[in-house]
Amino acid sequence: MPVDFPELGTALIEILSWISILSGAFFLFVGSLGMIRLQDFWSRLHAASIIDSAGAGLLLFGMMLQTGLTLTSVKLAIIVVFLFLTGPTASHAVANAAFVSGSRPSDLVEDASAASNSSSSNEGSA
Amino acid sequence: MFVFATIAVFVCMVMLLVRLFAGKTLYDRVLALNTFGTCTVLFIGTVGLASGRPDFLDIALLYALINFVGTIAVLKFFRYRHLGDAAEDREMIEAAPDEEPVS
Repeated sequence: MPVDFPELGTALIEILSWISILSGAFFLFVGSLGMIRLQDFWSRLHAASIIDSAGAGLLLFGMMLQTGLTLTSVKLAIIVVFLFLTGPTASHAVANAAFVSGSRPSDLVEDASAASNSSSSNEGSA
Repeated sequence: MFVFATIAVFVCMVMLLVRLFAGKTLYDRVLALNTFGTCTVLFIGTVGLASGRPDFLDIALLYALINFVGTIAVLKFFRYRHLGDAAEDREMIEAAPDEEPVS
């Protein structure tokens, strides 16, 4: 019995699109839950990165599958590329600004022996 | 499907607003604002596709551009307390009276 390939392909694309949008929504929810629940700025940075990359990427990819090969999906691809370029850049800028302002992870363990070793070696090299 | 995605993005935006208003430090708020902008891009795109008007995606792309530039500008303002290049501005201000005839 011959299988109807065009309908099979359409159903496959539909299923893939559903999976992609569902997992994108899952990552959006997990990321925003982390933004509320996590204790530290540095752990919230991690949650924000999940929303920026995984959530937005999967959601827009599912929308691209749904729209097919049209100008709309090209625009969606441009948005994906732009978000993937600017999201990590903005996250890095926020983290760098917070680090320069003196914020540190709260449970950061100071290794006194490593600090003294590195400072002594720096003094020796200088 | 697009309606479901719109609802998911909306829930995410509401939860980010909680962090935006309750953020302890300044950088928590900037981070939440940047992520909120990304969610706004997604929201505009999903609403446009759900209502059958894909032209909204142009607005979403423009919002992504402005969101990035705005985040960098806010961070630059927090760090240097001004947005322009103040050294050159001061040179211009100091050089201006010499070039103009004193009235």
